[in-house]
Amino acid sequence: MNEIIEGFFKAFQLILSLDPEVLNITLLSLRVSGTAVILGSIVGLPSGALLGLYDFKGKQLVVNFVNTMMGLPPVVVGLFVFLLLSRSGPLGLLDLLYTPLAMIIAQFILATPIITGITMAAVSSIDRTVRETAISLGATEGQLIWTVLKETRMSMLSGIIVAFGRVISEVGAIMIVGGNIRWYTRALTTAIVLETRRGEFALAIALGLILILLAFIINMMLTYLQRKGERIY
Amino acid sequence: MRRGITVLIAVLAATTILLSSILVYQWTTKPEKDLILATTTSTYDSGLLDYMLPVFEEKYNVKVRVLSVGTGQALEIASRGDADVVLVHSPETERLYVDSGDLIHRVPIMYNDFIVVGPPDDPANIEGLSNVTEAFIRIAEAGEAGEIVFFSRGDDSGTHKKELSIWDMAGINPSGKSWYLETGQGMGNTLIATNEGFSGKSGYTLTDRGTWLSMKNSLDNLVVLVEGDPILINPYSGLLVNPEKHPEVNFDLARKLIEYFISDYGQQRIANFTVGGEQLFIPCYGNAPDAWGTEEEEQAAYEYWGQPEFDPPSGFFVVLEETSIPEFKRDIKDGKSKIILFYSILR
Repeated sequence: MNEIIEGFFKAFQLILSLDPEVLNITLLSLRVSGTAVILGSIVGLPSGALLGLYDFKGKQLVVNFVNTMMGLPPVVVGLFVFLLLSRSGPLGLLDLLYTPLAMIIAQFILATPIITGITMAAVSSIDRTVRETAISLGATEGQLIWTVLKETRMSMLSGIIVAFGRVISEVGAIMIVGGNIRWYTRALTTAIVLETRRGEFALAIALGLILILLAFIINMMLTYLQRKGERIY
Repeated sequence: MRRGITVLIAVLAATTILLSSILVYQWTTKPEKDLILATTTSTYDSGLLDYMLPVFEEKYNVKVRVLSVGTGQALEIASRGDADVVLVHSPETERLYVDSGDLIHRVPIMYNDFIVVGPPDDPANIEGLSNVTEAFIRIAEAGEAGEIVFFSRGDDSGTHKKELSIWDMAGINPSGKSWYLETGQGMGNTLIATNEGFSGKSGYTLTDRGTWLSMKNSLDNLVVLVEGDPILINPYSGLLVNPEKHPEVNFDLARKLIEYFISDYGQQRIANFTVGGEQLFIPCYGNAPDAWGTEEEEQAAYEYWGQPEFDPPSGFFVVLEETSIPEFKRDIKDGKSKIILFYSILR
């Protein structure tokens, strides 16, 4: 119990003193997870919209696939990316293993299906009524798509929030592909694992609190955007 | 419909270009030269490497990136060419990789020992035994009687393998017994579990001394019960990745790192490293314990490695000597910046 209280104080102390190592770790977490989610959005939003908007042969299979990928265990993704990037693997020449970019790739694989899946669900649920109304009002195909996407943009933002929450708190994948190398690939979650293993419980709790604080601030900003968007609409 | 697909294809193409340009960028601008050391949690988590490596990094102006994983994973990573040099403690497993030709020039560097820890009231009555096999027999008896539980790493680590060999010598097969709990985790986590016990029963476990010393302040329910049996010696070896199999490894620098560890200076530094006033590792290049390997293996190692010299960069003697387990490692960093300052004043 003492460790938790101590952890609170330590968290304060680390934040206020701008401890260079904690700063480095926090920024890396943000950089990696942020980039992964941005790239995941670039791929996931259009693919999700397309899957939601159009019917085609084998769509159900693709939808099931995306939904399954939403629950991928991070460790498996980590191992998969590790084997891919290993010097003995197909992409070994790139020398990417144990770099922040390798961590981004792993988290990108985790984030993209979530953004795709949530966008897809939102678009297809809104599709029918809006589509019929728009067509009855004489909308063109392009206007129709635009309307549907505008209607669902708040759900898309939710998808991004969920995906960010998943990757910033994930440890299994980045531990394997990043290697938890000090000053280089050590993120908040992997640092927490290390300090727990070392028996530095208070420090681990402190880092955990910083992680929660960070996630809270980012969610608050995104929710603010979401609210503002709703009001305008 | 067609327009939507066109847009999607355009977006996907843009992403691909973006991703591949990042890849190419990363590929072409490999920053500084670095060396990847795959090692076990016991050497890194105890703080030894934080203490040892700055001198080497300063002298050769190189960054040593430490992967602190289990012995099995460390050896596997290195044999795939994903690390340049290995520091581990499981002689039998190391031999498998030496025999396969993936790792070469195995050399004894240092040792510490395993100990049995358990509750102070010691229901299994093993305290003070100098024979660990006897202690394990008593633990099994107390376990069968429902008085205690034993926590095993269960993760194929060096410590786990040592534990299994002791059960073997005791003629006991603990696997699947209700008092035998396999955590499948590292030493730190297993010690934490042992400290908590299981369903009201106190826990016993086998641990390396280094992890124990660095963690014992958070382990109120445990004390050292058995130590000193020669079986419990825990030797650490250095190994190099075979450059013929993996030409991309940084062989020369990896060799220099091991030379640093086995030089008189490096060996002295290993001996100087303490946690809470206790020495954690005993250097043993040139005088390896029997557990490390056969006479022939030892001779082969000394023949290849000889007696390397290591001249520390000036300024390093002064400050770094009293570094211990770091308070979020800050003292070490301060130490290093002090040294750099000192170094620049000297020049």
